[in-house]
Amino acid sequence: MNAIQADHLIKRFGSVTAVNDVNLIVPEGEIFGFLGPNGAGKTTTMRLLTGVLTPDSGAVRINGIDIHRHPLEAKMQMGVIPESSTVYGDMSAEQNLQLSGQMYGMPRAAREERIDELLSKMGLLEKRKLPVRTFSKGMKQRVSIACAIIHRPHVLLLDEPTSGLDVQSRRLVIETIREMNGQGSTIFLTTHNIEEANTLCQTVCIINKGTIVAQDSPERLKKMFDTTQSVEVSFDRAVKRDLFAVDGILRAEPCGDKWRLYTDNPDKVLKYIVGRAQQESIGITSLTTSGPSLEEAFVQITECA
Amino acid sequence: MMEIPLSLRGIVVITKKNMRLYYTKPPVLMFGLLFPLFMFFAFFVGRKLDLVTFFPAFLAMMLFFTASSVGPLITPWEKREKTYERLLSYPVTQDSIILGDLAAGAIFGIGISLLVWIASIFFVTVAVTNLGFFALAFILGTLSCAALGVLLASPATDSPPNVMIFSNLIRFPLIFISGIFVPLAQMQGMGLVLAYCSPLTYLVDLFNAAMSGRSVFSPVIDCSVLIAVSVVLILVARVIQKRNLVKGL
Repeated sequence: MNAIQADHLIKRFGSVTAVNDVNLIVPEGEIFGFLGPNGAGKTTTMRLLTGVLTPDSGAVRINGIDIHRHPLEAKMQMGVIPESSTVYGDMSAEQNLQLSGQMYGMPRAAREERIDELLSKMGLLEKRKLPVRTFSKGMKQRVSIACAIIHRPHVLLLDEPTSGLDVQSRRLVIETIREMNGQGSTIFLTTHNIEEANTLCQTVCIINKGTIVAQDSPERLKKMFDTTQSVEVSFDRAVKRDLFAVDGILRAEPCGDKWRLYTDNPDKVLKYIVGRAQQESIGITSLTTSGPSLEEAFVQITECA
Repeated sequence: MMEIPLSLRGIVVITKKNMRLYYTKPPVLMFGLLFPLFMFFAFFVGRKLDLVTFFPAFLAMMLFFTASSVGPLITPWEKREKTYERLLSYPVTQDSIILGDLAAGAIFGIGISLLVWIASIFFVTVAVTNLGFFALAFILGTLSCAALGVLLASPATDSPPNVMIFSNLIRFPLIFISGIFVPLAQMQGMGLVLAYCSPLTYLVDLFNAAMSGRSVFSPVIDCSVLIAVSVVLILVARVIQKRNLVKGL
C-alpha cells in the first residue's frame, strides 16, 4: 500500500490554478522530497495532502484512507509540521506536547512517557515549563516537530522544516527525520534546500506553476542534465568576471570567495584557468570539479517548464 | 463510525485549550467582564430602580457580554499566531474547531454569570420563580450569545483588535434595543420593532419569565427563538469560516 497517493488534484483560488492535476505516489517507508520555486504550489499541495484544504477535484489517500471522506481517521495516521513554527507561545513546551498527545488520543501514561522522551531528545528537558514564546526559532521548531511525532505517525509531512534554523537545530531536525524514517515512518518533505533533498530523499518531485514537472531519484534527475558540469575555483585575490568570458565556460557565478564555472568541457576549462592564472600571476587557492548537481537539474527543469 | 468519537474528543480538547489560553486574555477580560460591570454601575447603581424589573435584564446583559466575548478572539488570534493550520492538521475538522470555540464561549458565559447571580443573592432579593425557565435561559442564552461570538470571529482577518472593535459595533447597539435599560412593555413604535429583531430581547424576556413571572412573550417562543438564532448563527459562521479558511493560514 502507498503511504500517500494523490490523484488528479486540482485547487483553484479565484482565477489562479494553484495546483493543476497533480498526481503523486509515495511508497511506504520512503523519504520523498517535494521541491519547487516560490509560488510553485508546494504549500498548497501540502495543505491538500494534510486535509487542511479541500481540492476542487481529485483525491488524496493516506495509507489507503481518503482524507476528504474520512479526514479524522486519515489525520490520525499523520504528523504534520507546517511552514511556520506553529506552536502556542503562551503554553510551555510540555503543555504544547500534552495538547498534541490529547489530540491524538494518547492515554495519559503513554503521553507522559513520550513527552519526557521527546523533550530529552530535543534538548528541552530543562525548559519544559517555560512559555514557548521565550524560545529561539530553532527551539520553537523543535517543539513543533516533537508535537508532530508524539504519536509516532506512519506518515510525517514537513513543510520547509529547516528553513531559517541554525546549524545545530537543522542537524537535529534532519537526524529526527532519518530516525523516524528508520522506525518505519514515510516522510514527505517540502524544501527549498536542494542539498538537503539530495542527501535525504530517495525520490524527488519538482513542481512548477502548479504542475509536476519531474519526479525521479536525485541521481537520475542529475543524469538528465549530465552535459553540464562545474569547476569551482578560488584565487588569492579578487578577479573580474571578464576573466571567464571565454569559449567553453557556459556561465560563471560567484559563490562566496569562489567562482563556480559551468561547462560541458571541464578539461578545457581547467587548462584555461591554470594557464591564465600563470599568465596573470594570480595564485590559485583551490580548484575542484564536480559532476552535475541536483541544483542544476532543478534550475534547468523549472526554467524549461 | 470511528469519526464520531474522534470528533467529540477533538471538540473537548479544543474547548479545554481555548479555556486555558483565552479566558485570561485582556480583550476577554475587558469586553467580557469589565464592560458589563461598568454598564451596571452606569445605568443601575444609584438610581431608584425596581430590582425585580431590572435584575433579570442585568443578568441577561452579563450573560450576553461574557458568552460573546471569547469567540471573536480565538480564530483571529490563532491565525495571527499561525497555530490555526497546525490545529487543522490534527485529527479535527473545521466544524470541531467552531464547536470548540462555541463551547469555550458558552462555558465562560455560564460560569461568570452564575457567579454573578450567586454573589447577587446576598445583596438583591430577586427570587427565581421558575427554575426550569431560569436554567433554560442560562443554557440557551449562553448558546446563542456564544454562537454570535463565533460568527463575529468569521471575517477574514488575523487581527484580534479589529475583530473586537467590529464585535462591539454589533454588540453595543443590541443591548440598547433589547429591553435591558427600557423594559419591553414600556417600548413603543420603532424601538419595539427593533427590539423584536434582537435575539437578546427574547433572552431578557425568558429571564423575566423565570424571575418575576412576567414576560411579554410565551417562554416557548423565547426558547424557540433562541434555539433558532443559535442554529442560524452557527451555520452562517460555518459557511463564512469555511470560505475564509485559506485567508490568514
